[in-house]
Parts: sequence; C-alpha cells; structure tokens
Amino acid sequence: MADFNAITLQLKGIRKAYNIGLPAETEVLHGLDLTIARGEFVALIGPSGSGKSTLLNLIGLLDKPTAGELLITGQPTTQLQDRELTLLRAKAIGFVFQFHNLLPEFTALENVMLPLLAARGRPDEAMRLRAAELIEQVGLTNVGKHMSNDLSGGQQQRVAIARALVMQPALVLADEPTGNLDTKAADNVFDLLRRVNEASDTSFLIVTHDPRLAQRCDRIIELVDGRIDSDKANRVSRP
Amino acid sequence: MNSAMPFEWILAIRFMRQARMQTLLIMAGVALGVSVIVFISALISGLQSNLFRRTLDFQAQIIILPPKEVSRPLHQAGGGVMLATLVQPRAQRLQSVDQWQTVLAQVAKMDGVSVVAPVVSGAGFIVRGEANKAVGLTGIEPETYLQLIALNSKIIAGTANITGTDILVGMDLAKDLGVWTGDKLNLQTASGGTATLSIRGIFDFGNSGLNSRSVYIALRTAQSLLDLSGGVTSVEANLDAPFTAETVAQTIQAQTGLKVDSWIATNAQFFSALEAQSMSNTVIRFFVGLTAALGIASVLVVSVVQKSKAIGILRATGTSRQQILRLFLLQGALTGLMGSLLGALVGWLFLNAWRNIAVNADGTPIFVIDFDPMLFVYAAVGATLVGILAALFPALQAARLDPAVAIRG
Ligand SMILES: Nc1ncnc2c1ncn2[C@@H]1O[C@H](COP(=O)(O)OP(=O)(O)O)[C@@H](O)[C@H]1O
Ligand SMILES: [Mg+2]
Repeated sequence: MADFNAITLQLKGIRKAYNIGLPAETEVLHGLDLTIARGEFVALIGPSGSGKSTLLNLIGLLDKPTAGELLITGQPTTQLQDRELTLLRAKAIGFVFQFHNLLPEFTALENVMLPLLAARGRPDEAMRLRAAELIEQVGLTNVGKHMSNDLSGGQQQRVAIARALVMQPALVLADEPTGNLDTKAADNVFDLLRRVNEASDTSFLIVTHDPRLAQRCDRIIELVDGRIDSDKANRVSRP
Repeated sequence: MNSAMPFEWILAIRFMRQARMQTLLIMAGVALGVSVIVFISALISGLQSNLFRRTLDFQAQIIILPPKEVSRPLHQAGGGVMLATLVQPRAQRLQSVDQWQTVLAQVAKMDGVSVVAPVVSGAGFIVRGEANKAVGLTGIEPETYLQLIALNSKIIAGTANITGTDILVGMDLAKDLGVWTGDKLNLQTASGGTATLSIRGIFDFGNSGLNSRSVYIALRTAQSLLDLSGGVTSVEANLDAPFTAETVAQTIQAQTGLKVDSWIATNAQFFSALEAQSMSNTVIRFFVGLTAALGIASVLVVSVVQKSKAIGILRATGTSRQQILRLFLLQGALTGLMGSLLGALVGWLFLNAWRNIAVNADGTPIFVIDFDPMLFVYAAVGATLVGILAALFPALQAARLDPAVAIRG
C-alpha cells in the first residue's frame, strides 16, 4: 500500500479556452490550482455553465488544457501523445456520466467488461468473473445478463459505476451521476459511491447540483465562472 | 461474447446487429451488385467459349492456300496470247497448292502443330431422279481430317470414316432428297466428273445452310471429280495453342511463300466482339464496385454520427484511436464480405434458374453458361477490399472524434 497522503490529482494553473483564434474565443477555466489526495471523496458544485464538465473532461484526459499542467498520480500529462493518454486514462481513471453511460448493444455484464476488453484485446474467464464480482458489489446480482437498455435509470448508473471501478482506477470522475434519478435512487447510488470509497483507496470527484448530496462529501469545491470560489473540508455526519 | 474474438470484432458485430435495418439494406445492395457481376461474368464467359467452340468446330485453325494471283495466262492458243484478270477468288479451274506433300511434311514437323491434313474443296451437283442440288464438296482423308474438325461428334447416323465410294451428307439434304445411310447418290462437277457414291453417314452441324449444302467425300474421289489429279486446294492444320495461330501462320507464309490464313485473322470480327464483351464486363464491375463502395461509405458515415456518443464512451473507458479505426474498417470489410457471399449465392441460384428457363424447344440451353467457382473467391476478396476502402473515410472520422465533444453530445 502506498502512502495514504499520496497525491492522486494535481492541477497547476489550468486554463481552458474554446474556439481559439475565432471571434467566439472564450476562456472557460481561468487558471485553476487544485490537489486531490488518495482516497478523498470530493464534491464539485457550482452554477450551470461555470465549467464543471469542462474541468472533468480535462482531468479525465479527454481534452487538453490551453495552459497549465495536470498530474495524475504524480505523472505530468500535457506532453503525452494520444496513445499514452489512452493508456493512462484506461489505467487510472473511471468515468460515470449523467446519461447514456452504457452501450445499448451489450448486456450489463459486458458493459462492465468493456474497459478490460479494450485493454487486453480478447475476453477471458477472469474478465467475466471480475465483472460479475463488481456487478454483485453494486447490488445488481440478477441483472448482469440483461441488455443495458432494459435496466432502470438507477440500475444503469450502478452498472456505470461498476464499469468505472473495473480497472481499479486511482480516480473516479462522476458528472452529475444522480442528476437523472429520483431522490431515492439518487440516495442509493450516492451511498454506493461512498461505500466503494470507504472500502478502497480510490478518490472520487463528483459533480452534483444537489446540496444534500454535497453535504455527504469530505470536501466541497465550488466553481463560479471558471474560478474556484471556495474549497472547504466538510464534516460528514454519519448515521 | 465469444472468447476467440478480438475486441474490435465483438464491437463491430454488435454494432452491425444492432443497426439491423441499415446492415441488411446495405448488404442486400452489395449482394445485388455481386450477383449481377457473377451472372454477367458467367454469361459472357459462357458465350465466349460457346462462340469459340462453334467457330473451331467447323474451321481449321490454319489454312494454307495457293498464293493469291493477280493475273495469269488463262489460255494459250495458236500464236496469240490471251490474258485474263482473275477477279473471283474461286476460278472455274481450281488451283492446287504447289508441292503440297512437301509443305504438309514441313508443317507437320513444326513445334506446336497437332495435326495437318490435305483438303480438296470445290463445287458440284447431287443428282437423284429429277432432283438436282448444288453442293460444296470437300475431299478429305478421314484419318487426319477428323482430328482437324469435330465432324465425328456431328454424325447422327452411320460413320464419318469414308473410303473412295462413300459420301457424308447433311441432315437437311438427306431429308430433301428422301435418302438415308446406305442409299446411293450421283455427284457431278462442272468439269465433267461424275461418280455414284453411297451415303456412309449423316451429319448435323446445327446449321441448316451447312446441313443442306456441304458434302464430304474421299480425297482421291474429289481430286478426280474436280480434275485436280494429285493436287489439293489447301493444307489445313490445328495447333496445341489455338491463340498462337496468327504468328504460326505468318511463319509458314514466310517459309513457303504460300497464302496462309489463321482462324484469328479470318474471324477478326469475332475477336473484336470478344474484346468488347470483356471490356463491358470490366466497366460493369467497376461501376458495381463503385456503387457498393459509395453505399457502404454512406451507411458508415451515418453510423459514425449515430454512434458518436458510444465512441466517446469507449474512448473514455480506455479504447484507443486505433481500435476505433479498426472497428469501422472491420464493419466495412464485413459488410463487403457478407454481401458478396450472399450475392455470389444469389447469382449462382439465378444462373441455375436461367439454365432451366432459357432453353430451346428440345431442352438444350440457348446460352451455355460457364460458371467458374473461383468467381466466388474473387468476388469475396474484391468486395472485402472495396468495403475496407469505403470504410476508410468514416473510420478516420470516427477515430478523430473528440471524445469530450462526443460525450457532451
Ligand atoms: N465545445 C465547446 N465549445 C465552446 N464552448 C463550450 C464547449 N463546451 C463547453 N463550452 C462552454 O463552456 C462553459 C462551461 O461549460 P460546462 O463545462 O459544460 O459547464 P457546467 O458543466 O458547469 O455546466 C459554458 O459557457 C459552455 O457554453
Ligand atoms: Mg456540466
């Protein structure tokens, strides 16, 4: 086991502008500095259009910042080529999005296997077992064989969480993972994220609009107009 | 998920299965194109080999004739000299090939010559009772001539093995005259020759002109009837490789100074028709290939747009650009391959149906169809390549897709 205080994510002066060189050029993120330690469970809040999704895409290596440096588990990433970024992303980062997380062509179990399959090229029994184990861990034992479209919204998000965890990433990025769910389902999904976090070293960065859910995180970062407006530790009251 | 299958294959097949209607329609399009190619190719190659066979069934590949004359003394009487210009190729008096035995021996020794035969041909009349029929008579030595021309296979009664007093007549002539094998006929020529011959065999060339106007008799009989004493009007040969006939003909002509025709030169029209057919077949293949490529490309371009979210999610979960590229190339290749196999099958079924429909009254096919099973292989390989080429642009588009934009939708 590595040092508990090891740094999972570090942002140094991250800027992001869209439509560079065009009249419509706009800077969305204005020089962010941020560090997330191993095992932290962080909420990212802020008004719509403040740049939360843009930030998550940068951290997830899906997009490149216009300036600044971004380190994942200590590794600088801005100079990496697409191939290396893909490998690092596959190894270190798990994604959960708000909608359409799953590929409708595949069963729930197969969706969970996809990252392993992409990394190793061919399916094998070990992959299937690993995926089944995660399906069970997210409380979906009986739906693994169902096509992902046949699942409820809450079930789909659980499958997406299982898929995000299958490579044992250092960091899970969730962009409004409960935004599409009713209160009860949202609570359950959030509980699941929390439990997974407590049982592992995986750090979580969760975008949410729901103050009630944000209050259940260890730390709350608020983004306003592309700047970090506040970044506070939060004492979580546990039942 | 099949464990033997690589990631990209699993994805490609699932994507294609999921977009069932698109996949089926484009495969049907490719299949239709390939079935047209299979059908037309088989028809054209059948037509070609049929024409080829029909031509060489009746005609020697090389015919050696006396040199073409510009003018010659026709008649010398008293002190005066009368010159006549010979305009018609067939003179009243036939001309013999000079020293034909030497020519024949010389040609027989040449490389690639499979058979050489002396031939006497001229005009005559068949007289039987009141009936009087003009015929073209051919004097042959059956031992050699029957190897030159497929006469044996055309005999419907009796035999083609004729001797001095035998004659072979066509089916139509026999019917006109009301005669059959064993009956006797009187054959006369303009030069005053006459002979009574017995019908040894009846042939059917499948052509009423030939069936009613050609007769075959023994070489010696023809020589005496046509007043050629010991001469022949042509020496004819076949080769192991029929398509070398023109060069061989030119060699013989250079060596002997005689006039030498090859079947290639005398059927120039036939050969240019063959060329035109091959050309139009190539044009058809090109356009079918192009149409299939455009169809596959357009389906995949749409698919890239429809699947952009899925591509974004795949990229976010560790799928590389190369894997996305291969995923779409593979869909193009599979569409081409499956479409072509389906098309080859449909084309083949269509050919079989055609064989049964397009028949003469007697049940023989109107068109002989020549189906080469390798065509399946060529079609499959060709269509797969077309599919990959067609998929290139959409696949590059998919691989270049910005995952952040794709996921945002
Ligand atoms: N691809 C893009 N091109 C141009 N502008 C963009 C693009 N993506 C996001 N934006 C803009 O960046 C800003 C931040 O968007 P986003 O990160 O989605 O905010 P949030 O997730 O906090 O609602 C918005 O003003 C949005 O319009
Ligand atoms: Mg957002």
